[in-house]
Amino acid sequence: MSKFEALAGNEAVATAMRQINPDVVAAYPITPQTSTVQKFADFVADGLVDTEFVTVESEHSAMSACVGASAAGARVMTATSANGLALMWEIVYIAASNRCPIAMSLVNRALSAPINIHCDHSDVMGMRDSGWIILFSENGQEAYDNLFQAVRIGEHPDVLLPVAVCQDGFITSHGMERVEIYDDADVKEFVGEYRPQWSLLDLENPKTYGPLDFYDYYYEHKRQQVEAMEHAQQVIVDVAEEFNKKFNRNYGLFERYRLEDAEVAVVAANSTAGTAKVVVDQLRDEGLKVGLLKPRVFRPFPAKELASALSHLKAVAVMDRSISFGAMDNAGPLFLELAAALALHGVQVPMADYVYGLGGRDISPGEIESVYRDMLRVAEGGQVERMVTYLSVRE
Amino acid sequence: MEPKGWRDIPIGGMILEAGNSVEYLTGGWRAFRPVFGEADCIHCMQCWLFCPDSSILVDPENEKMIGFDLEHCKGCGICAAICPVNAKVIRKAGEELARDDARLCIRIVEEGKFQE
Amino acid sequence: MAELIEIRWHGRGGQGVVTAGKLLAETAMGTGQYFQAFPDYGPERMGAPIRAFTRLSSKPITIHSQIGEPNVVLVLDPTLLGTVPVAEGLREDGILLVNTSMSPGEVRKITGFHTGKAFTVDASHIAIEEMGREITNTPMLGAFARATGLFNIEELAEQLRAWFGKKISAEAIESNVRAMRRAAEEVQQG
Repeated sequence: MSKFEALAGNEAVATAMRQINPDVVAAYPITPQTSTVQKFADFVADGLVDTEFVTVESEHSAMSACVGASAAGARVMTATSANGLALMWEIVYIAASNRCPIAMSLVNRALSAPINIHCDHSDVMGMRDSGWIILFSENGQEAYDNLFQAVRIGEHPDVLLPVAVCQDGFITSHGMERVEIYDDADVKEFVGEYRPQWSLLDLENPKTYGPLDFYDYYYEHKRQQVEAMEHAQQVIVDVAEEFNKKFNRNYGLFERYRLEDAEVAVVAANSTAGTAKVVVDQLRDEGLKVGLLKPRVFRPFPAKELASALSHLKAVAVMDRSISFGAMDNAGPLFLELAAALALHGVQVPMADYVYGLGGRDISPGEIESVYRDMLRVAEGGQVERMVTYLSVRE
Repeated sequence: MEPKGWRDIPIGGMILEAGNSVEYLTGGWRAFRPVFGEADCIHCMQCWLFCPDSSILVDPENEKMIGFDLEHCKGCGICAAICPVNAKVIRKAGEELARDDARLCIRIVEEGKFQE
Repeated sequence: MAELIEIRWHGRGGQGVVTAGKLLAETAMGTGQYFQAFPDYGPERMGAPIRAFTRLSSKPITIHSQIGEPNVVLVLDPTLLGTVPVAEGLREDGILLVNTSMSPGEVRKITGFHTGKAFTVDASHIAIEEMGREITNTPMLGAFARATGLFNIEELAEQLRAWFGKKISAEAIESNVRAMRRAAEEVQQG
């Protein structure tokens, strides 16, 4: 029997980790992830898990230990944020290219400088080329649910890639909400046992991980990663279906909120999507046909499906919680990828980018409403006045 | 050997045959090679222990060092540097000896210039 | 329970402000309500002014922005009056509840809040007398229950006992409950 508990997002994630009971966790503290691993360390100390908990001296070491443990055949989990992720950057790529199915809780926080401990998406966007599967979570419940699915997705023999489960730093990581916690046995049954195919500890079949590759074979190994990403999309859908059957929560590649009959929509990820839903309801009460598309799977990017879901709209605003400095019009990455997806799938819908919330700046329902009203004007035959708007920055 | 396509190789660059570095012949990298000199080998196995390329040949049954694997030896000279018989010969000579001096146990000679 | 009630707490680091918000959230869950409880992170040290937020609703809460126009403001530390704009954004029909020995009228003057309802209770005094320590969060919760009518004391007391469980002695828990009840009785409206 599942039960409801009052948990902050990080506590929900720690609970998920306890129920998964991984073989190894190697992690280093960083705000706003710290309470996850801190709580998990309590579980370890109390003997509630069998996990080998490795206290390392930096995030670079954390991911290194994770890669080593995963190559040895262990089910491995970790957590980090922002500059912690940045510090482990080279190993993040190595985790993916060594095909290590590590599950990581990435609590989104702004990258320095200046030092900022609050939420934005600059951290996860820095790893979008790394080969990791990346999932977004609107709240603690989703982060909890996504973590179980992450283990199954990453460990699937057609995938074998590490998976990052994101949630907004402080906003949901430290926000206590009502979370449904499933029965330990049900979770155990869902995640199952990890059966590594190429384990270093399989002494009958000795092997080497991470050798040197010259230009004669490196490219082929990268092509294999592409294959894994291509398989991942279907695996994600299949795992979500299985999850839904067992836990009665429906997940897909993205969520449509009152989108089907909308004329105008906003695309927003993580907690901002929740606030946007409230705005959608308010505007719908005024008779305005607005909707929301909430991305869940960022990598692999479901371009065709996204383009199709947005094709009927008269205007789309993408909300980005990070800037890709120097990219076209200094836009945000979500906008850039979505613009490419729509353009290359023959979907001609006016689009604009709204950068918001950098360094944890609050995004209010009123501001989101102004975005919708902009798009409604565009839908009426207006022009997209600015490709990129920086919401609430003081000029 | 024909280069294989991405479908036909293990993922992630994993090498699944243990010790297959033996198939990679690095002898051609040499600029110098080790050869036996006049001094008798005492079969202490230090050269075998220190060789970074596992290129010292030994006869395990008789516990004797018998030669150099020239298909893999890269000519680094560590065997000669560590050889205690070499050290004894040099001390006895009372002066610095050239690496290819005939009196040594293990001599390091220039590849191409050496005639057996 | 109304559709959405937004509460802002003011205190100083180390006074149990965040815990109070969480306790309220747990009580809400116990009575089948939806809730959010989250702090405002600034300089993390004892004594620095901090804010915490709670949302309560009969329906699921998806909004994640900060609370700019709360329905209720609680001030756990009287020394904040005059230094921190505690009544900022408080709705016209809102409720202001302050831990102080002053009267509601005096509090209204200092904070500039002249509409809605204002309540005061000397939670510090009650806490010292009942618990021997100036931890004002539990008596303030009692006053909150009386001032807003959102929960009854029994629900809060039950949650308190469950929350503290074995962490503090049974006697300590009961002193908290006593402080809560007393504050509910002594809170004044003005």
